[in-house]
Amino acid sequence: MHALTLPAQGHYDEMLLQSGAIRPHYQPFASWLHAQTPEALAKKRAEADLLFRKVGITFAVYGDEAGAERLIPFDTVPRIVSASEWQILEAGLRQRVTALNRFLWDIYHDHEIIKAGLIPAEQVFANAQYQPAMQGLDLPHGIYTHITGVDLIRHADGGYYVLEDNLRVPSGVSYMLENRKMMMRLFPELFAQYPVAPVAHYPTLLLNTLRHASQADNPTVVVLTPGPFNSAYFEHAFLAQQMGVELVEGQDLFVKDDHLYMRTTVGPQRVDVVYRRIDDAFLDPLAFRADSMLGVPGLLSVYKQGNVILANAIGTGVADDKSIYPYVPDMVRFYLGEEPILHNVPTWQCRKPDELDHVLTHMPDLVVKEVHGAGGYGMLVGPASTTAEVEDFRERVRANPSNYIAQPTLCLSSCPTFVESGIAPRHIDLRPFVLTGREISMVAGGLTRVALKAGSLVVNSSQGGGTKDTWVLEG
Amino acid sequence: MLSRTAAQLYWLSRYLERAENLVRMLDVTHSLSLLPQTRGALTELAAPLAVTGSLDAFHASHTKLDADRLFNFMALDLDNPTSVLSCLKFARENAHAVRGQITAEMWEAINASWLEARQMPQRGIPSVSAFFDWVKERSHLFRGATYGTLQRNDAYCFIRLGTFIERADNTARLLDVKSQLIEPAHASLMPVDAPAESAPDFYAWSALLRSLSAFEAYHAAYRDSLDGRRVTELLILRPDVPRSLRACCDEIRLILPQIEAAEGALDAGRHVKQLAGKLAVQLEYGSVDEILALGLHDWLTGFLARSARISEAISQAYLEAA
Repeated sequence: MHALTLPAQGHYDEMLLQSGAIRPHYQPFASWLHAQTPEALAKKRAEADLLFRKVGITFAVYGDEAGAERLIPFDTVPRIVSASEWQILEAGLRQRVTALNRFLWDIYHDHEIIKAGLIPAEQVFANAQYQPAMQGLDLPHGIYTHITGVDLIRHADGGYYVLEDNLRVPSGVSYMLENRKMMMRLFPELFAQYPVAPVAHYPTLLLNTLRHASQADNPTVVVLTPGPFNSAYFEHAFLAQQMGVELVEGQDLFVKDDHLYMRTTVGPQRVDVVYRRIDDAFLDPLAFRADSMLGVPGLLSVYKQGNVILANAIGTGVADDKSIYPYVPDMVRFYLGEEPILHNVPTWQCRKPDELDHVLTHMPDLVVKEVHGAGGYGMLVGPASTTAEVEDFRERVRANPSNYIAQPTLCLSSCPTFVESGIAPRHIDLRPFVLTGREISMVAGGLTRVALKAGSLVVNSSQGGGTKDTWVLEG
Repeated sequence: MLSRTAAQLYWLSRYLERAENLVRMLDVTHSLSLLPQTRGALTELAAPLAVTGSLDAFHASHTKLDADRLFNFMALDLDNPTSVLSCLKFARENAHAVRGQITAEMWEAINASWLEARQMPQRGIPSVSAFFDWVKERSHLFRGATYGTLQRNDAYCFIRLGTFIERADNTARLLDVKSQLIEPAHASLMPVDAPAESAPDFYAWSALLRSLSAFEAYHAAYRDSLDGRRVTELLILRPDVPRSLRACCDEIRLILPQIEAAEGALDAGRHVKQLAGKLAVQLEYGSVDEILALGLHDWLTGFLARSARISEAISQAYLEAA
């Protein structure tokens, strides 16, 4: 027997209707769950924990010496998405990522969207993520964001909203793949009952996307990692292995005669495509941060001559910045002449005086974020904060308004999740991964992150979040 | 293959092999320290410290040498970079950096070893012998996983290369230290080629053989009593004893040409192959008389220098290229 409970008033639950009845696409799962003893399920969870630890699916937490490697908690209740919903999501993701690529091409070429008055010039050109070096550079097929991770949430109204676009080095796809493997291993009987769309071909799609990005014949692709101490190192190694390409660090690469080479046991070997998992600022100490030990001196010069492809391109961060985010629906209309399928969360930009007033007044009800922040750092969740914390944040926003945006406290949907006391509703989001190559491709699925603390809306793994397998059903 | 990757694979297996050899040595030291004889017990205990070059480090943190202290220092002390646990830690760190190049089975074997090992300094171990068996088992497991699952490519070659370079070095050092422990005490009474059956040195030679899993091989090969001359021949010149210097050098000579390389004069590994070939040939046609004529210690010193040169040449040719 497993008692299922509804989340707090005003939240959408993925499994339960407001009445407490099971949603149709969760019914087979609910019947199965009902037939399992708590002991059997606890054993499965322990097995999953052991397997993940053995395989070494861990992540490093910055500034946490003792627990330098931790497991991301894995929850065995899947997040199930119906076929009809996924169709809409997929169309919306294709549309949004296409528009974002067009935007990046535009701001590094003719600035049409700025000339049209849709986005203020200073929002783009004064943005720290804007890279002047990219101006006028033509990339093959005009692709900037070969890999995009879009964070979606489901609001109380049942609709999906885009929380943010990740256009730099989105991570988490290895958990999507490993979570599926784990669920198939633990609960094969469920896959006999559900037509779950497969995700295991993602590395093949990724390799095709990366190879397509280059115009070289039979291009050599590598994955560039900051090294074993990076929080996502497991994923870098995993993807390199799954694609059958080299996992390199900056020290393995060097520039000679305007080309990029890696040091191998048989001498230098040309590199054509770098799937880089390090930020722009660390790519080339000659061009960006001089103190970077992670990059390759001279890389930018090779890149500008078109002799190497970086995925994602340099300077994509300007388009996923929280200060540019409010304009994405306008981009869809401007470049594609279509209405956006996926909606943005309403956002107040503190740089605008009237919106700043609103934010300062309503701060206890809002989520306030640094425009360049990531990973759940540097943000305030108003309703979950003390008066003193709100006051402190108010001062920070007043001191530098353009550094902040605010959004209503979102009602992230919940999904039943195993907790100490049994099963309880916990809030989740969804990050599908969109690949842009010859055409846009994606696997039907994504990474579902879950906030494991009761009532918490912060799903980031660095803040105690966990993950779930995401089942997109085939129609 | 990336030079760095090759280096990490090579060191991964060197550290694992070192951990195993260290345990073999500690196992022998431990059993000898249990014998009802006081002669040489202290020097016997000092042997693992001498072999790993950590006598000074031990005395810097310890005032007294006894079996427990030695075990804790050489087996479980993570502050001692030459300890068994440190070797497992370094092996795992290298494996972590190249986990894309090794199979899941290999990674799981080494990762699970480290996860268990790192608990030991706090949690303690069931018994000293159980620890020795455990380390050997984990080393066998990794080697078995490598043998059974890894594609026969350069990764396989560098892992094997690391194993035999390390093993040759360890066997030579162990033989050197043990023979010096045995020789001085009886130098006038018993030359190294005198029968050991009647002397307490029987235990020392048999312990040496056991630590190298060569006790049975000795009896199968000679069907005769233990003596230093034959032990020396077995551990240096026999090609069919897996931990002998000859067997290690034969393996190294076989592995090197399998590593992907450019042709002829462009082959960066030419010099290594030359050095390894010469050393293997010397062992193949060498005799125990020549070795003892030169003096075992001097001969081993020469061998260690040559194996160090090969190791150095491997680094230059493959591991720090371009």
